[in-house]
Amino acid sequence: MAAEPAAGAATAKPKAGKKPATAYVPAGVSPVSRARKAYTIRLWSVRHARFLEWVYARFSGMFLTLHPLWNAVGYQRAEAPVKFVEKRVKGLLFDCRMCGQCILSSTGMSCPMNCPKQLRNGPCGGVRANGHCEVEPDMPCVWVQAWKGTEPMREGRTNIMNVQKPVDQSLRETSAWLRVTANAAAGKEAARNPAQ
Amino acid sequence: MIDSPDTNPLDPSAPLDPLPGHVSRGRLERVLRRGEFAVTAELNPPDSADPQEVYDRAAIFDGWVDGINAVDASGANCHMSSVGICALLTRMGYAPIMQIACRDKNRIAIQGDVLGAAAMGVANMLCLTGDGVQAGDQPGAKPVFDLDCMSLLETVRTMRDEQRFLSGRPITSPPHVFLGAAINPFAPPYDFRPHRLAKKIAAGAQFVQSQYCYDVPMLREYMKRVVDMGLHEKCFILVGVGPLASAKTAKWMRSNVPGVHIPDAVIKRLEGAEKQKREGKRLCIDIMNEVKEIEGVSGVHVMAYRQEEFVAEIVHESGVLKGRKPWHRESRPDDAVIAERLEEIMAEETERPAAIVADVVDSN
Repeated sequence: MAAEPAAGAATAKPKAGKKPATAYVPAGVSPVSRARKAYTIRLWSVRHARFLEWVYARFSGMFLTLHPLWNAVGYQRAEAPVKFVEKRVKGLLFDCRMCGQCILSSTGMSCPMNCPKQLRNGPCGGVRANGHCEVEPDMPCVWVQAWKGTEPMREGRTNIMNVQKPVDQSLRETSAWLRVTANAAAGKEAARNPAQ
Repeated sequence: MIDSPDTNPLDPSAPLDPLPGHVSRGRLERVLRRGEFAVTAELNPPDSADPQEVYDRAAIFDGWVDGINAVDASGANCHMSSVGICALLTRMGYAPIMQIACRDKNRIAIQGDVLGAAAMGVANMLCLTGDGVQAGDQPGAKPVFDLDCMSLLETVRTMRDEQRFLSGRPITSPPHVFLGAAINPFAPPYDFRPHRLAKKIAAGAQFVQSQYCYDVPMLREYMKRVVDMGLHEKCFILVGVGPLASAKTAKWMRSNVPGVHIPDAVIKRLEGAEKQKREGKRLCIDIMNEVKEIEGVSGVHVMAYRQEEFVAEIVHESGVLKGRKPWHRESRPDDAVIAERLEEIMAEETERPAAIVADVVDSN
């Protein structure tokens, strides 16, 4: 009995290439399938990359001074609430995808995970002449934006030249803020007690 | 083969002797490092499981190119895989350039393919990001993009130079490959493009092939900056060229093929010509003649999609080889016999499981 559908499929094959004229395509489902957005806030962030760099420098400093607190609470337990806030704040400002290994300061405050190819090292060769994306023609290429964003930043143009490592998928949906803080604290600790 | 030093005298399909300053045992690297103007071409991959189709398509380039690109589902259209084509080409002694696109495979698959291909004698690999799946015949496919071209370059370089996988696990015998990448000087952000090449070189690129060049002034500007940065000394730059079949094709390409920039002047020139196809070839030759004079350019990469038979003519008429004759395959006495037998084998009917099972169902 199991052979029947296979045999049926074999005979139906020549027709399979043709789509019926009235094929139903639901809204928003296409190869270029992301809900249309205005990208307003994302572009605002890029325009104010220098300001955001300044804010982040203060903010990460503050987060690091709170290290004893995170330690007391436990980084594990702090993860959920911090992630909750981080996801919303960065989601609003950068359309953050929570890759968990934020490199916004190397990409002119334009989140590279919004690139349909998730390129972390620069634009692909498919960028349209108007600076828009090859895959999603309505979206300004995140790397054209990144190049713009890095210009006013203090470290932007140096950082964007760094070759980034591949994304560690196991860190998805984790807090980059806490990871950076924990690493920085560990680095400080190591500097204080070089014997260990 | 007295006229070509790039052949293993014992077996044309075997690797060459390692030379000082060379990372690979392939022919392309030797040609480039000798300072000769290199020519590479792109093989149109068959939609077939017949090896003879690959051999036939490669034979067209015989004696005119130093390397043959085996594309990895370019334009996200499904064809015979680049690993498969390379395996066939190395059997015949050709110098394939295996393209690896990040679109379809994750880091585990890619590193495995690199080892496998290198074991089969592939000496050149070209690391690409790959076109988006929306461009091809199967837009419903899952885009992988686990690595990007840059981290791919770094991964293969690490495998070769440090003899370890991305995970750090050691490799007993590393893949000796000449590493390539792609550049597109014709897409924004224009002033980032030379820096991006610098990044690719830092990641491991030793040669690069460019996107189709139809705008020579734009290339000149790009190359000027590349030369100012000294990048042409660290990396061989091959400029992509190709004949346009007609003005209509040109228009179609520029609106449908990602990253192709064709100025209006080119389209006008084609439209004004009596025989557009011939004018397209002429245009390609003119561009090659201009390109070969630009400082920092080490060769051309001819992409004559569906016009592969013109590659020899274009290369010959442009004179870029300066009388040099690239390696070509000497036919062996038993070639005809093998080909004939292969044809017989391929033509023979094989069983179709569905038919067998249908029998079983009937008898019940």
